[in-house]
Amino acid sequence: MILGGILVGVSFATTPGSVEEMKAHEAAHGHGGHGEEASHDDGKTAHHDDHKTDAHATNDHHGETSHDDAHASEGHHDAGAGHHNSAKHDEHKLTQLQNKPWAAIYIAAFFFMMISLGVLAFYAIQRAAQAGWSPVLFRVMEGITAYIIPGTISIIILLVLCMPSLHLNHLFHWMDPKLVDPDSEIFDTLTYGKKAWLNVPWFLIRAVIYSAIWVAYRQLSRKFSLRQDDADDNSNFKKNFRLAAIFLVLFLISESMMSWDWIMSFDHHWFSTLFGWYVFASMFVSGITVIALVTIYLKSKGLLPYVNDSHLHDLAKFMFGVSIFWTYLWFSQFMLIWYSNIPEEVTYFVTRIEDYNLPFFGMIALNLIFPLLILMNSDFKRLNWIIVIAGTVILFGHYIDVFNMVMPATVGPNWSLGMPEIGGILFFLGLFIFVVFTALTKAPLLAKRNPFIEESKQFHY
Amino acid sequence: MSSKVIQAMYTDDDVLMSAVKKVRQENHHIEEVYTPFPVHGLDKAMGLAPTRLAITAFMYGCVGLAVATTMMYYIMIVDWPQNIGGKPSFSFIENMPAFVPIMFEMTVFFAAHLMVITFYMRSKLWPFKEAENPDPRTTDDHFLMEVAVHGGNEEELTALLLATGATEIKVTDKKH
Repeated sequence: MILGGILVGVSFATTPGSVEEMKAHEAAHGHGGHGEEASHDDGKTAHHDDHKTDAHATNDHHGETSHDDAHASEGHHDAGAGHHNSAKHDEHKLTQLQNKPWAAIYIAAFFFMMISLGVLAFYAIQRAAQAGWSPVLFRVMEGITAYIIPGTISIIILLVLCMPSLHLNHLFHWMDPKLVDPDSEIFDTLTYGKKAWLNVPWFLIRAVIYSAIWVAYRQLSRKFSLRQDDADDNSNFKKNFRLAAIFLVLFLISESMMSWDWIMSFDHHWFSTLFGWYVFASMFVSGITVIALVTIYLKSKGLLPYVNDSHLHDLAKFMFGVSIFWTYLWFSQFMLIWYSNIPEEVTYFVTRIEDYNLPFFGMIALNLIFPLLILMNSDFKRLNWIIVIAGTVILFGHYIDVFNMVMPATVGPNWSLGMPEIGGILFFLGLFIFVVFTALTKAPLLAKRNPFIEESKQFHY
Repeated sequence: MSSKVIQAMYTDDDVLMSAVKKVRQENHHIEEVYTPFPVHGLDKAMGLAPTRLAITAFMYGCVGLAVATTMMYYIMIVDWPQNIGGKPSFSFIENMPAFVPIMFEMTVFFAAHLMVITFYMRSKLWPFKEAENPDPRTTDDHFLMEVAVHGGNEEELTALLLATGATEIKVTDKKH
C-alpha cells in the first residue's frame, strides 16, 4: 500500500507533462480533422491545419508543380486508374494528401498498441515457460499491457472512421465499393477475388475478435496475478500458466491475421506469407525495449529494489537478439521477392526503394547495425545509459518500420515527418504513459507470492 | 622454488564457492580448481581475468565476412559473371542480396570454428593429451581446489581448508 502511495506520487509527477501534451495535441488534431473536412472543396491545401499552413504551403506547391514528372508507381495500388490523365492524377494526389494525417495518426496508434501487445506476448511467454528470472518484472509488464485496452479501442475507432460510407479518408483503398462492382469502370478483379475476406463488416468483426482475445487474456492474467499475492497456495499461478499457454496459440493466429488486416491490406494487391512474423518481430523488440526503459525509469526512482543489473542484462540480450531476428525476417521477405522479381510482388519494394529510400534503408541502420554494434559488448548491456540510447534508437527505428509499412500505400510519394506524424506520436505517447503509469500505481510492484519470486530476486549472471 | 600444493576435495559446489571466497580472503593463492561441470560465478570468485574469447570471436567474424565478400565478388562477378535472378547487372552491389546468406554463414562459420580452435590452444588441449586433473573423481562428483604452499604455512592452510568444509586434504609436489 505504501508502495502504491509512493507510486501515485510518481505518477502525478510524470503525468502533467504528458497530459499537457495530450491536450495540446488533441487540440492540434481537432484542428487538423476540422480543417480537413472543411477544405474538401478547395482541394489542394486539404490536410493542413492553421499551424502548419505556412510551413507546408511551399511544400505543397512544390508537389503540385512537379506532378507532371511524377512517378508511375504512385498509382500502383489504384489498379492503374490514377495516372492516365492529369485530372485523375490530381484527384489521386489529393486523396493521398487527405490520407496523410489519418495515416499519421493510424501509425502512431498502431505503434503504441503494438508495443503493448508485444509486451503481452513476452509476458505470456514468461508465464508459460515458468521463467525464474523475470517475476520481479511482472508488474512492470502488467502495467504496460494495461494500454492494450485503449490501444485496441483507438485502433477500432480509426478502422470504423475509415469506412467508405463516412467519406473521411481512403486509407483502406479496398473498402471502396466501386472496386468490387463489376459494372464500375475501376472494377478490380483481384480485389473482387478477395471479397470473401476483405469486406467491411467481416473486417470490423475480426478486429473486435482479435482485440477481445488480447484484452481478455490481459485482464484475466492480471486478476490471477493480483490474487496470487494474498493466496495460500499456487492455484492462481497454475491458472495463469495454463491461460498463458492457451493465449500464446491464439495470439500467434490472431496476431498474424491482424497484421494482414490492419497493415497488409493497405497494399491489397500484395501479399507476403511471413508478414505476420515480420510484424511480430517488430512488436516483440519494441515491447521488450519499453519494458527495459520503464524498468530503468522506475529503478532510478528507487521503486524496484529487487531489480539488479542482471535483469537488465537479460532484457538487453533480448533487445539485441530480437533486433537480429527482425532483420532476419525483414531480409527473408525482401530477398525472396527481390530474387523472384514477380511484378505483382516486387512493386511493394520498388515503391519503397524509389520513394522511401532514406526511411527504408535508414531503418536497417537503426534497427540492426546500431543495436548490433552497441549491444554486442556484454558489459554495455548492464549500463543504463547505453540501454536508454539503444532503446530510443530501436523504438524510433520500429516507428519508421511501421511508417514504411503504412505510408507508401496510403500517401504514396507525398510523405514527410511533419506535424501530423509528430503530433500523432506525442498524442499516443501521452496516452500510453498516462495509462501505463496509472496502472503501475494500482498494485504493489513486487509480485510477492509468486513461487519463483525468490529465485528472481537472487538472479545473477 | 617450491612447488608444493595442497589439494582439498569438496563434494558440493556451494561449499566450494564459499571456500574459494574464504581462502582468497585469507590472501592465499589458489592455483587451480577442478570441477566436473562449470560452476556459475566461480571465475569471479577466483578473481580470474575476464575472458578475451569474445573479442577474438568478433575479429574472426569480421575476417569471415571479409573472406565471403571477396570470394563472392571474385567468383560471381569478376571471374565468371553470373546472371542472378534474371537481372544481369554484373555489379556486386546490385546483386548483393543474393550474397547475404553466404556472407552471414561464413561470418558464423569463421567465428565459431576459429573460436573453438582458439579455446583449445589456450587451454592446451589436443588429441591424446594426458589429463591434467590430479584426481579422476573430479570428472564425476568431486571438486578439487589447489592452493600453493609458501614456507611454513602448511598447517595453517590445512586447518583453514578443513574449516571451509573440505572432505580430504593432500599435500603433494606439483609435477609441472
